[in-house]
Amino acid sequence: MPETILLAHGSGGKLAHRLIEETILSDLTNPMLAQMDDSAVLDLSGRTAFTTDSYVVSPIFFPGGDIGKLAVCGTTNDLAMSGARPLYLSLSFIIEEGLPLSDLRRVLTSIHETAREAGVQIVTGDTKVVNRGSADKLYINTARIGKIAEGTNISGGNILPGDKVILSGSIGDHGIAIMSKREGLHFSTDLQSDCAPLAAMVADIIAAGATIHALRDPTRGGLATTLNELSEQSHVKIVIEEELIPLRDEVLGACEMLGFDPLYVANEGKLVAFVPPEDAETVLASMRGNRYGAQAAIIGEAVSANTPSVVMKTVLGASRLIDMLVGDLLPRIC
Amino acid sequence: MKYASEFRQGRLASGLIEKIKRSSRTPVNFMEFCGSHTVSIFRYGIRQVLPETVTTLSGPGCPICVTANADLDRAIALAQIPNVIVASFGDVLRVPGSFTSLQAVRAEGADVRVIYSAMDAIKIAEDNPNKQVILLGIGFETTTPTIAASIVQAKQENLDNFSVLSWHKLTPPAMKALLDAGDVALDGLICPGHVSIITGSQAWEFIARDYGIPCVVAGFEPLDILQCIDMLVTQAENGEAKVEIAYTRGVQHEGNTVAQRLMSQVFEPCPAQWRGMGTIPDSGLKLREEFSSFDAERVFDIDPGPTREPKGCICGEVLRGVKTPIDCPLFGRTCTPESPVGACMVSSEGSCFTYHLYGGKNA
Repeated sequence: MPETILLAHGSGGKLAHRLIEETILSDLTNPMLAQMDDSAVLDLSGRTAFTTDSYVVSPIFFPGGDIGKLAVCGTTNDLAMSGARPLYLSLSFIIEEGLPLSDLRRVLTSIHETAREAGVQIVTGDTKVVNRGSADKLYINTARIGKIAEGTNISGGNILPGDKVILSGSIGDHGIAIMSKREGLHFSTDLQSDCAPLAAMVADIIAAGATIHALRDPTRGGLATTLNELSEQSHVKIVIEEELIPLRDEVLGACEMLGFDPLYVANEGKLVAFVPPEDAETVLASMRGNRYGAQAAIIGEAVSANTPSVVMKTVLGASRLIDMLVGDLLPRIC
Repeated sequence: MKYASEFRQGRLASGLIEKIKRSSRTPVNFMEFCGSHTVSIFRYGIRQVLPETVTTLSGPGCPICVTANADLDRAIALAQIPNVIVASFGDVLRVPGSFTSLQAVRAEGADVRVIYSAMDAIKIAEDNPNKQVILLGIGFETTTPTIAASIVQAKQENLDNFSVLSWHKLTPPAMKALLDAGDVALDGLICPGHVSIITGSQAWEFIARDYGIPCVVAGFEPLDILQCIDMLVTQAENGEAKVEIAYTRGVQHEGNTVAQRLMSQVFEPCPAQWRGMGTIPDSGLKLREEFSSFDAERVFDIDPGPTREPKGCICGEVLRGVKTPIDCPLFGRTCTPESPVGACMVSSEGSCFTYHLYGGKNA
């Protein structure tokens, strides 16, 4: 087999079959995929969550992850934020002609490992190859199905005044890790993307018996944008404190250099939870017990208000409005 | 020393705030020249914690905001010439010229590339020998030395497809013009930190001496700015006017002499048009004769035609500190960061953008 992807690999002919059998299935195989039918047949009952996302990150390999890990984590996390246990994943590749086969293999290995950690089966997929220049190396689309446990009702619209805001760790790691590797902007940092599957952490919090009103993973647009979305959805004012927000020195330093506000920088392995005050310590302890939540912190609370807004108390004790992200902070970070 | 977090400590800040409150008796107007200072002041809510006697005004210190429409139109026209690549820092792309923007002509097929350093433009020129690469040289004294370095390198390499459209501007002449216009009465100047790293604090001595206005160079962290305001209040209360540095970890009296020499090797002062402030003598920089083959103004003969200013936009008065963004009838209505009318709403250091981001109508 040639060592780069050719247009013929997407033609549905012999090369395509060999690519699927020798490269993709060898990494991702499971009984349902192995049947090679046109569709996966699933047995579902009860409340089911369904979500989709596309991944176009550049570069496709970055410190702490790659486009494959990102695709599995991103979709898993979207599902976990409604309290669902992830079950099945679809995986669709759009590949630019000329992609080294070794790059595709590396991404597949990463998908396989992340899917295993997240406890999800890849049950259907597709591969297309486009002309050089029509895509940038590799794009991935995923969709995912998960089951919502009886009695779980987590939604961005459920936040009540008095709820504590709990953040699972430091912000901005993903955005800055990607930025550090972008063409024309190499700067030296040991920072890794925080890209991680969060379903296990969510399961732990639910299992701890705490009431959770809302969960959201602050990806593109950062914490600021996520809090604004939630504030509008639940019609509350959210007040956070600058000094309580976990932030790595590397991220702070890079943000200063690049002129970014870390509140707007993307994360791929963090979540923010809104819980009644009496359950806050339980949720915090549960998060901190998870490998992806060791730095979790209570960063503020929701209060009642006529107009939804997000306000941050600064280190000086002043307060300022936190708006949504305007425009594009970093191009193609996920 | 940690250069950011150590200068953000709430406990130290409250000590400084108390000190300012104790010592400030006479009402004073201080201007922060620099857009980065405006951003910090809003980001940390510094105006809220100052006593009523201390008012801070935002000045014209955002290079993108002060770029005249005529200059933008020229860059846009250059970008539309076949086989030309325009290399630009990101923010410039969205700034509306008289009729369109670099972003819009890029969408229509012009080759406009975002760069992060001047050397990226040299690399693009080396990689594209059959195309002409034009670097938009924008910025105050802070960025000019890096553009000068790229021109020196291009000359050493005999690059014949690289040129610079110089929009570079000098800050002390602009400050002088602002004071001479007499629109605003100032009791103190928060002098720009990054600019002063290059120029040295000496650049502001004429303001203290000739205009009797206290000057303090400040860094960009909340403690830097509070310390600067404390020093300005002390000078004002004591009836003094001198140049001091509240940013000693970055700025010295004489500045960066290597960078200064590099700048004057490549550039010489010329009159420059500032948005909202008109033409200010000796406030711009053009390439010296020996570097004329790298001067886009000379390499390309471009006449983009008459300019047009957006109706109702008060960017000019905002830049002079005469009005604030919320005085503008367009602010937050027809002019927003998503669909900006004036440059001050585009640049991340523009006053209008900062007001909108950090406070909206309640700024």
